[in-house]
Amino acid sequence: MNMTKKRLIPRLLQMALVVVAVYFTFILVFDVLLGQLIPKSLLTMYMVFVIAGVVMVFTFTEQGAQELAGPIKALVEDPSRKMVRNVVFVIVPLLAGYYTYSSMLPSFEAPVELRTIHPAPPNKFKAYGKSFNLTTLENPYRKFEKEDPVKFKELVKEGGNVYIQNCQYCHGDRLDGKGPYASGLNPTPLNFQDVGTIAQLQESFLFWRISTGGPGLPAEAAPWISSMPVWQNFLTEDEIWKVILFLYDYTGRRPRSWANE
Amino acid sequence: MLTRNMKITFGALMLVILAMFMLPDFMPAVHASEAAAAEATSAAAPASAAASDAAAEPVANAITFPPAPKLTEADYPTIPGVNARVMVWLVAQLHLWFGAFVVAVPMFVFIIEVIGMVTRDERYDNMAYEFIKVSITAYSLTAILGGLLSFGLILFYPDLFKYLAMIFKESMFAYALLFFAESAVLYIYYYGWHWLQGGNKKWIHLTFGLLLNAVGLQLMFLANAWTTFMMSPAAVDAAGVFNGNTWEAIHNFLWNPINIHRVVANVAYGGSVVGAYAAFKFLSAQKKEERAHYDWVGYNANFIAISALLPLPFAGYYLTAEMYAYSQQMGITLMGGVFAWIFIIQAVLIGALFLSANYYLWCGMGRSDGAYRYNPRIKYIAAVLVLAFLVWFTPHTLVLTNSELKDLGGPYHQILGVFGIMPAKNTAVNFLLTFTFLSFVFYRRANKVATVSWAAAGNAAQIALFTVGLINIVILGVYYGYFTNTVYKVAASIPQVLTTLTIIITSLVIDAFMYKGAKDVAPLHWGRMPARSQYALFLLAVSFTWLMGLMGYVRSGIRQHWHVSNIFRDGSPDAFTPGLGYAASVVSVGTIIFMAMVIFVFWLSTISGKHVVAKGYWKEQA
Repeated sequence: MNMTKKRLIPRLLQMALVVVAVYFTFILVFDVLLGQLIPKSLLTMYMVFVIAGVVMVFTFTEQGAQELAGPIKALVEDPSRKMVRNVVFVIVPLLAGYYTYSSMLPSFEAPVELRTIHPAPPNKFKAYGKSFNLTTLENPYRKFEKEDPVKFKELVKEGGNVYIQNCQYCHGDRLDGKGPYASGLNPTPLNFQDVGTIAQLQESFLFWRISTGGPGLPAEAAPWISSMPVWQNFLTEDEIWKVILFLYDYTGRRPRSWANE
Repeated sequence: MLTRNMKITFGALMLVILAMFMLPDFMPAVHASEAAAAEATSAAAPASAAASDAAAEPVANAITFPPAPKLTEADYPTIPGVNARVMVWLVAQLHLWFGAFVVAVPMFVFIIEVIGMVTRDERYDNMAYEFIKVSITAYSLTAILGGLLSFGLILFYPDLFKYLAMIFKESMFAYALLFFAESAVLYIYYYGWHWLQGGNKKWIHLTFGLLLNAVGLQLMFLANAWTTFMMSPAAVDAAGVFNGNTWEAIHNFLWNPINIHRVVANVAYGGSVVGAYAAFKFLSAQKKEERAHYDWVGYNANFIAISALLPLPFAGYYLTAEMYAYSQQMGITLMGGVFAWIFIIQAVLIGALFLSANYYLWCGMGRSDGAYRYNPRIKYIAAVLVLAFLVWFTPHTLVLTNSELKDLGGPYHQILGVFGIMPAKNTAVNFLLTFTFLSFVFYRRANKVATVSWAAAGNAAQIALFTVGLINIVILGVYYGYFTNTVYKVAASIPQVLTTLTIIITSLVIDAFMYKGAKDVAPLHWGRMPARSQYALFLLAVSFTWLMGLMGYVRSGIRQHWHVSNIFRDGSPDAFTPGLGYAASVVSVGTIIFMAMVIFVFWLSTISGKHVVAKGYWKEQA
């Protein structure tokens, strides 16, 4: 069955236009409309697979593949296109050279680094002069949520007070990581409202992180940069457990748990 | 003569069955009461908890075992110029790749043989024979690499090997004996293929196929026990003193999750490797008939790989959830900590698997002129697949430049960050599966026209099924994934899977009735496939291999500086987690070596059937 017909836009150009359109759609949607830019590393990954998908659609039929390869083949083989060929064969290496040069050029920008946000906790850790077993550690006040809701509410309120007096300067009064000091810190403080932070963790993990702070991070998490204080030096054990209650209560998240309610 | 052969076969069969019944004697703890005690012990989650529980149990035997040794660098023998870790790593990985292949092939060979017997279509029988023929050479390589691995461990990690052998001596002995049984059954199954044909003989042959699978799986389960013991030790106390029995050590917390994951993954992997074999033969075929045959074989191999790939993400998710349940530390190291980036690569490779499998199906529609009417719809499937794929590999923690970090106000993206956690991934993978199945449905019906009177109603029912199912998957993912407790979040993945399976099974049933007696639109031309479709089959095998290597590294690497998690510390100079780039390089080199060996196996299968008549070379016989 011969499906060949003269196209208004050649297939190769169609494919290039689709790829370019998708690229600018990403930029338009994220950088302009939503005001949350799309990181270059992620956009590169996205575009690699968008291109893969587009190439697959344009080549799964024999006719489509031939139409796509036709102009490229003609460029290389057709004697009448000698001039275009020479121009392309000069421009392509020059572009590749320019890309290599610009990507290797030293810059003042700090190198990109992979940062481990949730380092693996140890099985045991020391705080307040004693050892805590993270695999069995539980919030002693969590039980009041069911047993004595009035008392639980009071504990949450106390935790809130601790938070406002100590934590909100960095983590913000909305717990969104946008406290008054946040802009001076890099990396910025954690946003507890994000579904990927405290909602993914057990309360024991939070207790470990709060009580031992940045210096208490494990060696496995290196390289690490954190300005989180060692809160066991400033807060009591009870205050930390109460503030944990407050974090979950205010954000409406549930601590990670394997037990059914 | 026939009766004599029958007797010999029957005798051999009885011997193998007897050998299998005797196996438990090498494992003293599989008696009911001990197994029950083991169940109770294995329910405990972390190593320390399991150990203390086990310590409370009465000791099963009177022997007192030593604690796990505390090693220094001097306890690890070295050979100048040999990096012990890389050597053992590569050999173990190569052994596992070949092992996975030879355990998997008999599974689908058995099924294909049964299909051939039921349909009396000899093509299936020939294909099954061809697959097992390829696995015979791979079997030898598996054994050689297994031997090399044992020597590697004894030479470079003698104390670790001694410790494991002390705990698993019975199962290691049983493993060695099982290898004899495996070899015997495999050789009878392969060399007796054309001998045991027709009537009752075919039944005998099938019984050998079944036995081969039983023995192969037992071998894998035993080896899995040693591996998972190193991750989630059982029947030992905190100092590593063995205080239980072999069954308790085997039936450790992660044993069954790994068993399930590996069985499913092996079938998908085996299917992809024989798919690569078919592609190799297709591309090197000289005759039209040969191309047609290997096109058909490649199609079936791809079908096997994809069928097993469908449940694989769920088996993987179950394994990971169990790791989290066993140890929060292990779970976070795995997916939130240092290894999280390997999971992004994993997501990319799994996406590549789905894309190449779909591409192969779309190219396959060119086998018939009747399929052209479906071509315009392919771009929509591709758009959904790519979108689902983008969600599937979007990382939660982004790689950001300093200026991007400031612009975003933190390492998390307000919109894309939502795609970084498991509920989004689960939803995306269910879309990937459902639309891959849709590609298959299009492929199946591309060249046919349903003749039943209720065809329109049947199509409407299928459209409704897909629509409602996909909406359900989204609701389960969004509501339970983002607005409920973790326990529901994890649990919601099960109804999501069930929804996908319901779509697939119900749709297949409707299709089976609707296309019964359907008429062909145009003739089907096996062999009318472009060469690039065959490279998609190669990509499938390479992606699988690479993926298994990377995830195998992660599974082993989450023990970090422990030989046996939390009880037996690694004291070697290599007791550190290598950089991700270094690890990826080692796995990539392993993948290249494996693929080179696989091509060698394929090549061997082509020369085995060649006969050269060397005229004038041999002395004329009177």
